[in-house]
Formats: sequence, structure tokens, C-alpha cells
Amino acid sequence: MNNARAAGAPPQRTIDIVNASLKRRYAKERRFRLLGLGAVVLGLLFVALLFADIVGKGYTAFQQTYIQLPVTFDASVIDPEGALDPETLRRANYAALIRKAQREVFPEVTARRDTRALGSMISVGASSHLRDMVLADPDLIGTTKEVWLLADDDIDMLVKGHIDRTLPESERRVKDQTLGWVERLESEGRIEKRFNTIFFTHGTSREPELAGIAGALMGSFYTLALTLLFSFPIGVGAALYLEEFAPKNRWTDLIEVNINNLAAVPSIVFGLLGLAVFIGIFGVPRSTPLIAALVLSLMTLPTIIIASRAALKSVPPSIREAALGVGASPLQTQLHHVLPLAMPGMLTGTIIGMAQALGETAPLLMIGMIAFIVDIPSGFTSPSTVLPVQIFLWADSPERAFVERTSAAIMVLLAFLILMNLTAVLLRRRFERRW
Amino acid sequence: MNPSTLLIVLLGLMAFAYHFGRKRAISAAGGVARLNTLHSLPAYYGLYAALWAGIPALLLMGLWVGFQNEILITIVKSELPPEILDGMSSGQIGLIVNDIKNLASGTIVSGVVTPEMQAAADRYTQLDQIARWAMWLAVLAVAVAGMGYAWAKTKPTMRARNRVETIFMVILVIFSSIAILTTLGIILSVLFESLLFFKSVSPLEFFFGTLWSPQTALRADQVGASGAFGAVPLFTGTLMVSAIAMLVAVPIGLMSAIYLSEYAPRRVRSYAKPTLEVLAGVPTVVYGFFAALTVAPVIRELGISLGLDVASESALAAGLVMGIMIIPFVSSLSEDVINAVPQAMRDGSYALGATQSETIRRVIIPAALPGIVGGILLAVSRAIGETMIVVMAAGLAANLTANPLDSVTTVTVQIVTLLTGDQEFDSPKTMAAFALGLTLFVVTLTLNVIALQIVRKYREQYE
Amino acid sequence: MSTTVDEMSRRTGAMSSAELSGERESRATVGDVTVANPRMVCRDVDVWYGAKQAIKGVSLDIGKNEVVSMIGPSGCGKSTFLRCLNRMNDTIDGCRVTGSIQLDGQDIYDKGLDPVPLRAQVGMVFQKPNPFPKSIYENVAYGARIHGLTNNKAELDELVSASLQKAGLWNEVKDRLDQPGTGLSGGQQQRLCIARTIAVSPEVILMDEPCSALDPIATAIIEELIDELRANYSIAIVTHSMQQAARVSQRTAYFHLGDLIEVGETNQIFTNPKHRLTEDYITGRFG
Repeated sequence: MNNARAAGAPPQRTIDIVNASLKRRYAKERRFRLLGLGAVVLGLLFVALLFADIVGKGYTAFQQTYIQLPVTFDASVIDPEGALDPETLRRANYAALIRKAQREVFPEVTARRDTRALGSMISVGASSHLRDMVLADPDLIGTTKEVWLLADDDIDMLVKGHIDRTLPESERRVKDQTLGWVERLESEGRIEKRFNTIFFTHGTSREPELAGIAGALMGSFYTLALTLLFSFPIGVGAALYLEEFAPKNRWTDLIEVNINNLAAVPSIVFGLLGLAVFIGIFGVPRSTPLIAALVLSLMTLPTIIIASRAALKSVPPSIREAALGVGASPLQTQLHHVLPLAMPGMLTGTIIGMAQALGETAPLLMIGMIAFIVDIPSGFTSPSTVLPVQIFLWADSPERAFVERTSAAIMVLLAFLILMNLTAVLLRRRFERRW
Repeated sequence: MNPSTLLIVLLGLMAFAYHFGRKRAISAAGGVARLNTLHSLPAYYGLYAALWAGIPALLLMGLWVGFQNEILITIVKSELPPEILDGMSSGQIGLIVNDIKNLASGTIVSGVVTPEMQAAADRYTQLDQIARWAMWLAVLAVAVAGMGYAWAKTKPTMRARNRVETIFMVILVIFSSIAILTTLGIILSVLFESLLFFKSVSPLEFFFGTLWSPQTALRADQVGASGAFGAVPLFTGTLMVSAIAMLVAVPIGLMSAIYLSEYAPRRVRSYAKPTLEVLAGVPTVVYGFFAALTVAPVIRELGISLGLDVASESALAAGLVMGIMIIPFVSSLSEDVINAVPQAMRDGSYALGATQSETIRRVIIPAALPGIVGGILLAVSRAIGETMIVVMAAGLAANLTANPLDSVTTVTVQIVTLLTGDQEFDSPKTMAAFALGLTLFVVTLTLNVIALQIVRKYREQYE
Repeated sequence: MSTTVDEMSRRTGAMSSAELSGERESRATVGDVTVANPRMVCRDVDVWYGAKQAIKGVSLDIGKNEVVSMIGPSGCGKSTFLRCLNRMNDTIDGCRVTGSIQLDGQDIYDKGLDPVPLRAQVGMVFQKPNPFPKSIYENVAYGARIHGLTNNKAELDELVSASLQKAGLWNEVKDRLDQPGTGLSGGQQQRLCIARTIAVSPEVILMDEPCSALDPIATAIIEELIDELRANYSIAIVTHSMQQAARVSQRTAYFHLGDLIEVGETNQIFTNPKHRLTEDYITGRFG
């Protein structure tokens, strides 16, 4: 009887208890739901914060400050013999021309220390710009021309507002004297911000205003091209074998487990492998797209294999049966019928793998990609660096101007990654087939 | 005369072989009209010839390029006057070999150039030239021989298709074995160097020592010269950063997975999910930059305003940003396992009058728990192995501390530091990096195996 | 009984083309849909899945202490109708219910009505046993825990054992209450789900083909159990098996393509069906 009272209690009682506690339960429900919403919002906030931070820091790098000076292409400095010998023209002291032009704009600056401060406003790269002008057009010699010259990075930062002009002098990188000159130049319209072509056409440099990502971009390009060349055929081939031909035995089980685990091995371990095996044993040259591609191929291979197998799996067996039924050999069946149908899925996986490879940094540090290389690489075995490593190197540089360049380089890198991922998404949408 | 030119020539030869193999088959059959007497399509005879021309030659070339350097160095070393190498450590010999190679290629040399070394360098250059020519000759000879063999074999009765397919299958098997070879390569390379390392430093000191200062002396009388390889501060540092990361990633990742899969309207979900996954596609170097230049200063300012002493490279900053990186990892894995919980479970709970959150907390999460735990283990393994964020935002000082506001260093940071910059192979410093690499590999591998096993078991349960 | 395949296909074919046009008014139900002491009263219930109408103007009462069985061919809407009775259809996207369904005089589709307490009053047992991945004890205690029906451990223990006894499972599991419910056999799992449902003391229990995944012995046990439960609860059961309907229910409703064709005493439906479609189904001409 006791039992009956507890379990078979009057129905009224249950519903009353339920109704009494409902308010509390719904409050809990709301809290939980809010917690979930909060987590999503927080996650989205992080995305926004990350991008806002990078773009906010980096967008100014796409412009560069130039200072206009009336440069007299003095024949006695450039070409004292008047022979127009290109070698002489190349070796002339163009920095002297800039100093002279500055003296003209600031005649009152005479003290040795002050003229040096004045000279440091112009980038060391400006003289090579003058040299190029003269080499391109020797008729300039003897004339005076208003020339826009590349400003030093400190001036650039000041003009862009990254250095606070209201700070006391002792805490400011640009001293009062220079600040005065800059303000005078600004009021005379001799300071201008222009699109930063150097950033896209130069290799790296110790001088922020002369540093560009062209070298790193080319390095990344060569590396990715080789990585694709290595990993795509191998990945597709391996997937084809494992999915379609391999007998189900211990060996293929081992390969399968192995591939899944390789996909989760920390990337830095692949760097160790590259260092010990490719460099240590096979003598592949360091700091080249070749060694980088070898390491990255091994790294992206699991991604490609897993994606390719999934693509093969989604091709219905009826296609295989149809091909086999008309007398095609198993390999012909695969190559003529299954592979073309699975190709979009495989390409999608490959693009995602390539995007991973493009953004990868850690293993490349071990195999010498962090060497300081100014020249733009010209091939698979010429010393080079890649974009993410360049970002790492710049991020480590103390100059304020490198912060904005690093962010800008990140923006370029992210743009490429977004492009690749969008391609993958579009490819998937375009060719997605439901059987 | 470089290998890539040879490669192109070889490819040309293969194309040539294909063309003539095909022609040969057609003529052997007695013309186009009698093609049906051939066992296979003519193209297969072409492929057969091309493969015979290409594969042996390519193999030879690969071996040659791989080992030429080693062999030349051995020859040059053996011809050096013995008194030069007398009493030198293997590291010093390595430096000399490097100098000789640099001399030969015309780059700057670290030491003084002695006549013996110049002679050795000249010898190296000479041998290198000979070897290159020899490679061209040998490779082309093998290619032509292969082609000739295929030519002789081409008869209408030859089962060309089957042979080509067999070769293809062998290639596929080799391709799929590369994954195994990679793992083997990783194990052997880290194991070999680690064993060398453990010869000079006892494993006991490495795994239980609390002092890490890998700078070995250049001169014996240097202050603080003796290198210490106690890796405990590295392990604790790694654990702390990973723990902070998981504290950020697990609640946010799990709750957003729950919200997105159970609560969010379809439209919200279709935008929020890919946006969150953007976090997974951002390169780690970008997170490192974000951590070092944005988050770390903010945390430092915040700490100072609260009167706390915060290191400029605090574990907190690195861990926080690493956590952000791992959010989408946790959330997509959790979403997968939550979606795998059968609808019948939900129905059963709703039918008893449970609210949605009660159903989620008391039925779905317990049901999905093994899968979620597996996912979290994978995330931990990823946090432990993450390199760039800690290299850029955590410090180098091996502090044994439990204070997240202090600077700590991690295993990956030390690997990178030890292996970048000026290094010589076989010094305890570099070998220590490999020992750390071995530890890292073993730990992450164990975590992965366990996690994948759990996830797999879980999937099977609901299939 | 000797209907040829041709005839069958002709008949069903003709029917479905009329059905598919979707313009037809709902068929009138043969037999009396009302009972003297109703617990649930459904009037003109329509159910739509998006643009597709799954239930057309169904009216039916479920009386106190009776078992109503719902039979009909696959896709006839009997399960859909059942899921309306405790608003389980709410969990399906795009499902819309119109008409009125009352529990003890209260419209359960009223805007202000909360499905949570409703489901505590109208429990449901599903086609496939779905014990939670928890211990047997926790499975039964689940409803009491979420609703806070008991005040202490002793009460909860008593409730669990009483519910298991009523479900006829107590003797089989009393020594292993802490083991997972998923480890039981199919029939035991289904009885566990019934115990789980009655632990909340509902007024109505809905059963959606509760024995379709079970073997005949387990089925017989459950059928016996249903008969015993009738003493305390109103039960609506959807079944594929006409024998089962005949064995356990007092009234039977025959559904056909979203219509309620005929309702009546179980005896009368199986011995003397009034509608031709009911007769065809009962005699096995199609279904």
C-alpha cells in the first residue's frame, strides 16, 4: 500500500508539484540558453577582435610617407668626367645630392649634429632611387628637379600618427627638432603619403621603409607549387589504393591508424624530421623552397588522403559495377569513372591542405627558412623564406614601423587563405552531388 | 648540368618511348587494320615502354642525388692529411667539412683558409663535376636500356595492360606506404639523436631535473658554463599554458557547440558556425603576433592597474590566445558527437516532461561524454604541440612556477630556440632538442591514440 | 479473400490518385468518436508537415481507464496523431497542428499552455526502446528528479522500486539497479521505458508501436502489462498488429491516409466493420 501511495499517488499531486517548480526550472533553462548564446557571442567577438586588431594595426602600411626635395643633379658629383659611363653613374654619391637638397630647404641648419639629424629623415634607400632616375635618364644631370623621396620609418610613423606628438620629448622617438622640421615640411606641402609599392615589390630589409613581402611571397609560391606537385599525386594515389584496392588486413589497418595519427602530430615534429632526415642524411640544401616543400608535403599528406578517401567513398558502388560490367579492368574503372567523379572532393581537400601549408610556420623554422634573405628567390633551390616566417621575423623586430608591416603582411596572408578556402567552398557547392 | 635539367630530359625520353612503344605495337600487329590481334590497346604498349624508360632511370637518379654528397665528403675527408683531423671531435670535423663545402661553392668561410683546405675544396669541386657528368651518363644509359628492353618485349601476345596495371598498383602501394615511412622517419630521427643525448645526459636528470640552462660552454672557464638539462620547468610551463588554453577553449567551445546544435535558429547557425571556424583557419603565427603585441600588453596593463606584477611575456597571454585558437576545434568535435546522439534519446526525455536544458545536461551530455572527452584530449594534444604562439608570446626563461602571470617556457619553444640560430649538429644542445621532440611526439601520440580510440568506440555505440 | 494482385493495385492506385490531389474534404468517421467519461477530447485535428497534410480533421476521445488502439497501414498518420497528444510534434520543424485537443477540459494547444507539465501528465513510450545511457535506477528516477517529485532518497528509492514493480521488471533487475539500462534485453528495455514513464504518474500513456522491435515472448509480457496498467491510466496505443489491438484494447480506431475512417468497440471493428476500407484492412486485402 505504501508503494502505491508513492508511485500511484493521485495525479493531481504530480501536476501540482510540476507546476510549482516550473518557474525555477524555466529560469534555469534561460540561464543555460544565455550561457550558450554568450559562448557563441564570445567566440564571434574573438574573431572580430582579431581581425579588427590586425586591420587596425596594418592598414596604414599600404601607404608610405614621401618628402619632396628640390634635388640638383650636380654633374660634378654624379659624373665629374662627363663620360656618362654607367659604372661611374652607378657609383656616384647620390646621398650627397640629398644632403645638398636638404640644406636648400633648411638653410638655417648648419651644426654638424643637426645636419645629421636632418639627413636621417630621408631613408637610406632614397639615394638608390636617385641613381635609378639618373641611369634611366642621364639627361637629368645638371638639372634641378623636385623629387619625392622616401622618408625614414620614424618620420613615416610620425606622419601616420603612430608616434604621439603630444608626448614629452624624452619619451618620444622623434625629437622636438625633427618634429619642427616635419611640421614645416607639412605646412609647405612637401610631405605626402602615397601607395606603398615598395611593400609589394621588394624583398625584406633591415630598414622598415624598404622592407617588402615580394621575396617571401615568391618563396611561398615556389614552396606551395612544389608541395602541390609532391602531395597531390601521392595523396590521391594512396587514397585510391587504400579505399579501392587494399585488402582489409593488419597492414592496411596500421596504415589507416597511422594516417589518422599523423594528422594530429604537432607540426614542429615534422621540422625535426626534415632537419634530421632531409638535411642531415640526404643533404637537401637548407632555406630553400625544396626542403620546405618536402616537409610540408609530408605534413599535408594526411589531410589530402583523408579528404580523398571521403570523396571516393561518396561515389556510389553502382558506378563501379557498371564499369566493371562492360569489361573495364579495376584500374580502368577507377581512372575512367570513379576518379573523375571524386575529383572535386579531392581538390577541395587538397586546397584545404595547401592552405594549411601556406600558413604553417613552426617546422620551417627548423630547416633554415628564418635566414635573412633580401633577394627575391628565383627557383626551387635558391635561398628564400616564406610569408608566415617573414611575419614571424618582422614581429620580432623592435622598430615600430615593422608592427604595421607585419600586420599588413598578415592581411595579405589572410587574404590568400580566405581566397583558397572560398575556392574550396565554391568547388564543393558547385560539384556537390547527391546520389 | 643540374638535376632538374636531367629530369626534364628524362621526361622527354619517356614521351619519346611512349610514342615509339605505341608505334612498335601497331606495326607488330601488322598495321592499324589488324589491331585486334594485340592483347591490349596500343597505348598500353606505349605506357609500358615509357615506364621502362623512366622508372629505373628515375630511381637511379634519386639514389644518386641523395647519396652523392655523402660519398664525396667521405672521399675528400679520407684524402685530407691525417694530422688535420687528429684529435678532433665529430663536431669540429663537421665544421671543417662545412668550410670545405663553402670554399668550393665560393661563399664565406668561418675559419682560416689553409692550403690543405683549399686543396680539399678544389678536390671536392673536381669530384663534384665528375659525379655530375657520371650521373647524366648513367641515368641516360639506364633509360635507353629500359626503352630497348621494352622494345624487344613488345609482341602482340604480350599482356601490356596487365603489366602496366601491375606497375601502377606497385606505385600506389608505395604511395600509401609513405605515411608509414613518415612515422618511421620521425621515430628514427628523434630516437637516434635522443639516444646520443641520453648518453651524455642521464634520462633521470632530463625527466626529473628542475634546472634548465642548455648553454654549454665554449670555453671551459666560462661562468655558468655547465649546461643543465633538467626539463621539468619546460613540462610544467607547457602544462600551464595548455591548461589555461583548455580553460578558455573547453567551456566556450562546448557551450557554443550546444547552442549551435540545439538552440540556434537555422539562419543564425548558418552564419555563426563558419564564422567561428574562421578561427581554425587563421595561421598560428598570426595568433602569436596577436598574443605578443595585443593581448600581452593589455594583460600587463590590467595587472599593473590591479597592483599585480605581470611579466611582459606571461603564460596567461599565451594560454588565452591559444585557447581562442582551439575554440573551433573543441566546438566542431563536440558538435559532431552531440549530433550523433540519437533523436530517440531526446524524445525519451522530452516525453517525460524535461525542458530542453534538462535534456541537454542530463541526457545528451552524459550520452555524448566519451566523444567529448576524446575531442578534448585531441585538443590538449594540439595545445601541447602548438609552437608559434608560445614562441612569440611566452618567454625563454625556464621558470618553475605556478603563477600564470609569470613568464614560463615550453617544450616547443625550447626546441625552436635550440635548433635555430648558429648550431652544430651533434652538440648536446641540438641533441637536447631532439630529446624534447621525442618526449613531445610520444606524449601527443599517446593522447591521439587514446582519443581516436574513444571517439571511434563512441561512434560505434550509436551506429 | 482471393483478391488478385491486379485488383489490389487498381484499387489502391485509384485511391491514391484521388488522395494525392489533396482537394478532397476529409472523410466522415464511421462510428461514435465520443465516450462517456473522456480524459482527452480531440476535435477536427489537422496536422501539416510544411505543405503536406498528414492528418485530416480527426476527432477522437480517449476515455478513463481504457485502452484505445489505433491501427492502419503505414503512413496513415496514426503515429503522427499520437504524437500530437503530448505535443511531441513540437520538436519537428515545420509541423503545424490545428483543431482542438483537450486534456481534462484544458486545450493543450492553447498559447499559454506549457508542454513541459503537459508531458508530465501525458507520458509516451516509443517504438524503439530508448533507455538513457544511465543506470537502471537513474533511468526510472529521471522524471522524478527533473520534476522534483520526491523529497529525499528514501522516497525516490521507493518510487523507483514501485515503478519497476508495476512495469513487471523489478524481479529481473532488483540486484543490478546500478548497471546501465542499455545492457538489458530489448523487452526489458521497453519495460524499463514504461517504468520510467509511470514513475512520473501520468494520466495518459501514449504507446507508439511499443512491441514492434520485440520478440513474441517479450511482446506477450508487455501486452499483459498494458492490460494491468489500464486500472490506473488511460492508454492510447498505435500498433501494426491487429491481433495485438484485439488483445489489449477496448476501442479501436482505424486510420487511412490521414483520415480516421472508423471507430468502435474493438470487438465490433474486428468482427463487423462498417466501412469498406476497414474491412479490406482487417481482412488483409491491403496494408
